[in-house]
Amino acid sequence: MSHADDPTGTRRDFLFYATAGAGTVVAGAAVWPLVNQMNPTADVQALSSIRVDVGGVQPGTQLTVQWLGKPVFIRRRTAEEIEEANAVDVSTLPDPLARNANIDGEAPATDPNRALAAPGAEGSEEWLVMMGVCTHLGCVPLGNAGDFDGWFCPCHGSHYDTAGRIRRGPAPENLPIPVAEFADESTIVLG
Amino acid sequence: MAGIPHDHYTPKSGGERWLHKRLPVVGLLYDTIMIPTPKNLNWMWIWGIVLTFTLVLQIVTGVVLVMHYIPSTEQAFASVEHIMRDVNGGFMLRYMHANGASLFFVAVYAHIFRNLYYGSYKEPREVTWIIGILMYLLMMGTAFMGYVLPWGQMSFWGATVITGLFGAIPFVGEPLQTWLLGGPAVGGYTLTRFFSLHYLMPMILAGLTMVHIWAFHTTGNNNPTGVEVRRTSKEDARKDTLPFWPYFVIKDLFALAVILVVFFAIVGFMPNYLGHPDNYIEANSLSTPAHIVPEWYFLPFYAILRAFTGDVWVVQIASFVTGGIVDAKFFGVLAMFGAIIVMALAPWLDTSSVRSGRYRPMFKWWFALLVVDFFVLMWVGAMPAEEPYATISLIASAYWFGYFLVVLPLLGVFEKPLPQPGTIEEDYATHYAPNTGGTTTVVNPAE
Repeated sequence: MSHADDPTGTRRDFLFYATAGAGTVVAGAAVWPLVNQMNPTADVQALSSIRVDVGGVQPGTQLTVQWLGKPVFIRRRTAEEIEEANAVDVSTLPDPLARNANIDGEAPATDPNRALAAPGAEGSEEWLVMMGVCTHLGCVPLGNAGDFDGWFCPCHGSHYDTAGRIRRGPAPENLPIPVAEFADESTIVLG
Repeated sequence: MAGIPHDHYTPKSGGERWLHKRLPVVGLLYDTIMIPTPKNLNWMWIWGIVLTFTLVLQIVTGVVLVMHYIPSTEQAFASVEHIMRDVNGGFMLRYMHANGASLFFVAVYAHIFRNLYYGSYKEPREVTWIIGILMYLLMMGTAFMGYVLPWGQMSFWGATVITGLFGAIPFVGEPLQTWLLGGPAVGGYTLTRFFSLHYLMPMILAGLTMVHIWAFHTTGNNNPTGVEVRRTSKEDARKDTLPFWPYFVIKDLFALAVILVVFFAIVGFMPNYLGHPDNYIEANSLSTPAHIVPEWYFLPFYAILRAFTGDVWVVQIASFVTGGIVDAKFFGVLAMFGAIIVMALAPWLDTSSVRSGRYRPMFKWWFALLVVDFFVLMWVGAMPAEEPYATISLIASAYWFGYFLVVLPLLGVFEKPLPQPGTIEEDYATHYAPNTGGTTTVVNPAE
């Protein structure tokens, strides 16, 4: 039986498209596991929360801990550092948002919005906990450095102030603040 | 295979005829090796052999290094030191492999700039050019991943910065970066996949090399005049060409020998000159080296990446037009990849009908400036990100784009080219006295 003179869709056309469609789906289904295996493994994903003892941290010093493969800066700031951070007009900052995972995403980058209050000392801005990963290309900024007395990234010259806010250089955002809280007076829980 | 008319392989003995009927592989090799090659090729036509040799060198030394290397965060650094100190001749193998990468890039840059000067990228060699650019990109990927394997400080932080580039892509950047790394930051899971890809990509490179050769064997080689070989008959073609074997093979091997003298002087006496001392410190995810610098062969494009900061007006316009989607960080990434894309588009951006720069009086100067620009970018790429280097890198980056996007299209309109020789034979005769077999130079060509 010939369909050579049939002007509309033939059985052959249908088989052609059905085969091509099924072939595409099968190819996609075969490729996906090969792509997905590169995503983080279960043991990498399982690392979520750590506890950090900050009892020995003196004002004006900083502790660097590793969390999710990245450094976290825990700094106990001096009164001068806090004062310097508060003296800045937030509207003049390159990134006016607080970038604090513990509060609203639209919150302005004021110093109280960046600091982590210790238990029993609400309103204190002594503790600053943030990711030690430059928002430009991921280097670790150096402490007590840069033109704003905060952090300086040696890779491409980003300057952060005493509240970890970007002030000059190629980095687009303030250093992000991870989910963190005080479990007791001398322990911070990250994540 | 189309191309320049020449004598093809004819099997002579019974055994050859037997094989030729079943698998014409000898014929394929014969036609490849005996291809008619323009007889006026100068010393800039040696880099193909150098590159092929280097690819083989890298694969051979790489395969044996893998016999001793362990891709894990605990043992990678120590296993490289083990290769350096304990494996028989291991230090030599590793230094050859590490400096082989530098030789590879010296040759590829010379090869690319040769093509840019003599217009080899122009019709009908666009496909050869595009394959070449793909090979260059693949080379960069391979070199980058290979540099991560010793798991030193520069390995780790170089990997962090370069994969951070992908994180700059709007919307999909962060999941893409996590997918590439296999976790939130560079770690053991990143090392093993880079190791796998570092082994895979040279094999793809070897395959593309064959396609690259196939493409220019179809169109024929370009030559310093840019004038095509006559294809009207075998006799005419013979006046313009000589077979690749033995004439050009011997010439190329001589050049290779000279280059290898320099190469082994570096490998033997100053093997770490092109490296960074920081990479002899084991990777530490909590401390970034004071000054991260990529290997020298990435510096020009690294300079372009850093040049476009937030206070540059083009970046501000781009950010405003796209409603902030293209920020300074993403702009830098686009500029870096764009610098290679504009180069890939050269066949279509260059409007001049004259191929060789030898007959283009204005082009010569713009091209010379591009070469200087390339070295300036390489120099500022190694400098810290501060003034006056920031301004210099911005100007140099602007010229790189200006050359391809403005100068090449406009020169074809404004430039009055010099007269070109009618044939390659004519050009050859003006350079070499007749009846001397071409051994006595009459006029020393400028190139």
